[in-house]
Formats: sequence, structure tokens, C-alpha cells
Amino acid sequence: MAPVSMEKVNKVYENGFHAVKDMDLDIRDGEFMVLVGPSGCGKTTALRMVAGLEDITSGILRIGGKEVNDETPKERDIAMVFQNYALYPHMTVRENIGFALKLRKTPKAELKAKVNEAAEILGLTDWLDRKPGQLSGGQRQRVAMGRAIVRQPSVFLMDEPLSNLDAKLRVQMRAEVARIQRHLGVSTIYVTHDQVEAMTMGDRVTVMRSGVLQQVDAPQHLYDNPDNIFVAAFIGSPAMNLYDATVGEGARSVKVGSQTIDLPDSVRIKRPALASYAGKEVVVGMRPEHLPAEADDAAGPKLVGDVDLVEALGSELVVHFTVDAHRVLAEGAVDKDEAAAVKSGEGVARVAAKTPVKAGDRLTFAVDTDQMKFFDTQTGLSIRT
Amino acid sequence: MRRRKRAGWHRVINGINIATLVVVIFVAAPLYWLIASSFKTPSAMGAYPPQLFPNPISTANYHQAFVQYDFWIYFRNSLIVTLVATALVLIFGTLAGYALARTPMRGKFSTMVTLLMISLFPAIAVIAPLYTLLKDLGWLNSYQALIIPYTAFNLPFAIWILRNYMLGIPKEMEETGRIDGAGPLRTIWSIVLPMALPGVFTAGIFCFTACWTEFLMALTFNIANNYKTIPVGIATFGTAMEVPYGTIFAASVVAVVPIGILVFIFRKFVISGLTSGAVKG
Repeated sequence: MAPVSMEKVNKVYENGFHAVKDMDLDIRDGEFMVLVGPSGCGKTTALRMVAGLEDITSGILRIGGKEVNDETPKERDIAMVFQNYALYPHMTVRENIGFALKLRKTPKAELKAKVNEAAEILGLTDWLDRKPGQLSGGQRQRVAMGRAIVRQPSVFLMDEPLSNLDAKLRVQMRAEVARIQRHLGVSTIYVTHDQVEAMTMGDRVTVMRSGVLQQVDAPQHLYDNPDNIFVAAFIGSPAMNLYDATVGEGARSVKVGSQTIDLPDSVRIKRPALASYAGKEVVVGMRPEHLPAEADDAAGPKLVGDVDLVEALGSELVVHFTVDAHRVLAEGAVDKDEAAAVKSGEGVARVAAKTPVKAGDRLTFAVDTDQMKFFDTQTGLSIRT
Repeated sequence: MRRRKRAGWHRVINGINIATLVVVIFVAAPLYWLIASSFKTPSAMGAYPPQLFPNPISTANYHQAFVQYDFWIYFRNSLIVTLVATALVLIFGTLAGYALARTPMRGKFSTMVTLLMISLFPAIAVIAPLYTLLKDLGWLNSYQALIIPYTAFNLPFAIWILRNYMLGIPKEMEETGRIDGAGPLRTIWSIVLPMALPGVFTAGIFCFTACWTEFLMALTFNIANNYKTIPVGIATFGTAMEVPYGTIFAASVVAVVPIGILVFIFRKFVISGLTSGAVKG
């Protein structure tokens, strides 16, 4: 139970690869912090530096206020859960969970009590004398958790601990891991590439890209107010629709391709800086749920698209459409194959299930201008004040 | 009923089983002949037509091997030399294999290639120099005269097997160990070694067999009766006048037993040890 702070932390590998760049991050006492980003963004490296499995090239790492750069993993009093669980296959569940305590020469009675307590919390009591090979994926995952919690460490480090589970179990364990963390109140750093995990589990979420920290915020705030194009494109599924656009005179409208979307006063009040972009290029972002279907002759800001594909999910329709504007892809937010498949002008909207629409139709979407995002084309930063 | 019976036979007599049987007969026939003959009387040994099954059954050959010839001394010597050499090979092999698999050491590749070359080196080429060396040291007719060369000659192969096996152990296992607070030796002992056991058994059995059956060095370095090993002992049974085949057969049967037992106990491990790394998981 200790805060963790990273101050200008860098990691440069021997081959010159700069994996983590000037990372500043404060994890509060008892906080559940999720590190999220595409693969290769440095999130795992950052975690491994906190664990002490990777040397810190420069910068200061503190756990509980104490600088721990040169301390061994053991001295840092951390516990880590690995993606493949890394259970000792030759030991029983009981021995696996108790191994760290045994190394610390914990008296036998105390060790037994602690192992039993951890097993109780995780519902593993009946499985204590089995070996990992005899357990299901979910149970192994619990053993890995048990090994971490039994020591009551200052910090939990978790490296994609749920990614080896099947979808249904993952949902269940997501809730369970979050519950255990809150129950124990131990500061936790949780690495994942799954944004659903990031959104649902974390007190705060840190988004990383190419070794650079992009934004640290509470999940909802991150979703509603992305600081830059990358965060906007990375968080949310289906992804935010991002188009090149030109701001009209007095920022009273914005032109997306050949269509002009009127902006009411509320947008300018919320984003005073937008006025200075009059006549300039920007990137606009609209989340799929902020583009409801609308009658063709309705008043108010709207966007018309040619429907390519309709996916009926039962509760709603996911409509893939095309407009004649340039679709902006944040580099790294989607993987290369996906990016190559995206056509120019493609967009996604989530509309009511009963909307009569099929591929080939032309559909009008109402634009929720208050929820529209604006980004500087050059810097990629959000335009707010 | 008839159909079912035929189907049942079909399951027993098929191509694979027949092929297996042929191979088994091919391999087992000499072994059977060895065992059968060891129980024959001297006259039955040379009988024509040859006896497939010994009649009468006689244990005289065994009695002779242990009483008239000092077979138990050879057996003891072989056991000491083989066990000590195998133990040394496994200890050094594990440590070296781990180092070559995991540590960020320079020149790993050339080390591995050198080891491979050494393990393929013909023993006959070094026997003469080793002989003079051991003679100068005063180590001829001693256990170390065999233990040290056996360790040296079998170590490279053991290192290869163990290194390859350890490469297959996920790195996270050791990282978990480090976080749990285990030092390097503790990590090898409590985590890596148990996981590498199939590799250890494989290396161990290969080494044991090689030492147990080694002839050339044993014949050259340890010719005093008290230090002869089994192969040399058996070869020097008898006199210039007669070759006691029955006794030789009986001694050979006893010599095969330990290897048979070892392979039988560890056969599962050996198979997984030899095939590890072929597929992941």
C-alpha cells in the first residue's frame, strides 16, 4: 500500500530502441491505474521497470516515496501477475501461493493461515492440493492472483492478466480482479491493450503511444475529452469518426467534404479557441453514438452519408457509411491491416434498431455538435480554450 | 458376432503393429539369445541344432561370474565411476546449460559450436596423450582416471540437451521467482531444475549408458583387477586356453540390468526430453 511515482523515466535498450520516453506518472495510494496503448507502445516496459525486471535508463522511480531505482524486485515489495500466469507447474496450488512467503522464512503456521486466507478470497480452497496442470484457465488465473495477494505487497503489477481467458470468463474475471483490488486497497498498475478493460476497471487510465504518455484521466473523462487525435481514435469501439474539415467564418460552421455543418453558439462558448481557426483546416471527431439517424428534411446540423454496410446487433444498428471527406487515421491507434482496409471518407454510426436502412441507401444523420471534437491538424491536440 | 470378431482382429493385426513387431524382433532377438544362453550349460551352449530355450536351466554361469571371476568388483567399479561421472556431468551441465540459455553472455554461439565439436571428437585420438598425462600424475589404476575423462567427454552433449530444454522454459517463470525473492541459485534449484527434469533425466541416462559401456579408456587406464570396469572385466574373462562364453553371457545380462531399469523408470521423461522444443507447449 504505497503510491508509485515516475519522474522523467526513460528506457533505452542496448540496441538503441527508445521504449519509454520521459514518462511522468503518479499513481496514488490504493489507486487502480490502467496503462493502455497499442502493442509496442512501451506500457509493458514501463511496468517491468516498476517491477525491477528492467533497468531504468534515466529518471527516478519512487515507491512509497522512496527511490527504488537500484533495488531488486524483492526489495521493492511488489507482486506481479503475468500474462501466461507463470505458475510453477511442479508445485501444488498451495505451494505456488506460499512460495514467496516460504522464501521469506515465514513461520509455518502463519504461512498456512495466509495461504488459506488468500484461497478463501479467490474461491480456491478446494483446489489447494492440485497442480496447475489440473486446473482450468480461470482457476490458474486465480492462482496467479493468489500468489500476488498472499504477500500483501505495496503494489500489484499486472501484465495483461486476462488476455489468455476466453471472452466470457474474461468479463467475469474483470469484475473479480477489480473487486479484489478494491477489497485490499493495494495500489495497482494494470497493463492491457484491451480498451474495455481500461474503461471498466481503472480508477484512472494512462494512454501511451510509441513510448510517450498521451493522457492520464478517469475513464469517462478520457472518453469525453480526449487530449489529442490519438487518444480520440484509440479509445472507443467502434472508433470515433475523424475527418479533415475547414472551419467557416466566425467558426459558425465547419465544412466536412462538400457538406457544411452549422455550429451553434454553445460550441463556440465551450471552445473559444475555435474562433481563431476560422478559414483553417482542423480535424473533427464524431463518436458513432452521436450520429443518430434523422429525417432527410429535418432542421439542425446534419451529415449525409452513403450506406455501405448495416450490422444489426439487435439493440441497435451499426451503420458503415461513406462521406466525401478525408478520413483521418491516427498512426498507431489501429493496426496496419485495419488501417489499410479503411476507405477514405468511411464512417460508422450507431442508430436505433428500427431505422429502415439498407446498404446502398443514402442516410441523414443528426450531428450532436456539443459532442463534436476539434483537433489542430498540425499538432493533433484538442482545440478547447 | 462373426463380424465383430473380425473387426476386433483388425484392430490387433494392422500395418503399424506388424511393423512394430518386426522391429521388436530385430532388436530383441540378440538380447533374448544373450539371456537364454546365459542359463545354458556349457554343452548346451554349443549344441546343434541350437537350443531356443535352455534345457536344462542352469545358473552355473552366474555363479561362476561372481565367484570364480571377480565380477562383483567390476560391477562395483563401474557403479562408482558411472554414478560419480554422471552426477558431475549433471551438475556442471545444468549450470552451464542455464548460463548458455539465459545469461547475456558473449560468444554463446561459438561456445556451443565448440562443445558440439568436442562431443564429436573421437576418443581414440586423445587416449595416448591422456595416458601419459595420467601416468605422470600417478593416476593410472584409480577411479579418477576414468571419472574425469568421462565427465569431460559427456559434458558437451549434456550441456546441449539441458540448454535446449531450458530455452523452452518461459522466462516469466524466473522473473516470477525473482519477484518472489529467489536468488539465482535458488531459482535454478527450485524453479528451473524441476521444470527441466525431463532434460536432466535424458542427459543423465545418456551419460550413464555411455560411461557404463565405455571400453577403450577403461581398458587403457585401469588394467589392475581392482579397478577394472564391467566391459573390461568381461573382455578379460577366461584364459589364453579357453573363452568361457556362458560366464560372459551371464555377466553381460547383469551388466544390462541397471540400464534396463533406468530406462524403464524414466522412459516417459526421456521421450519428452528428446522431443522437447519440437513443438511449443
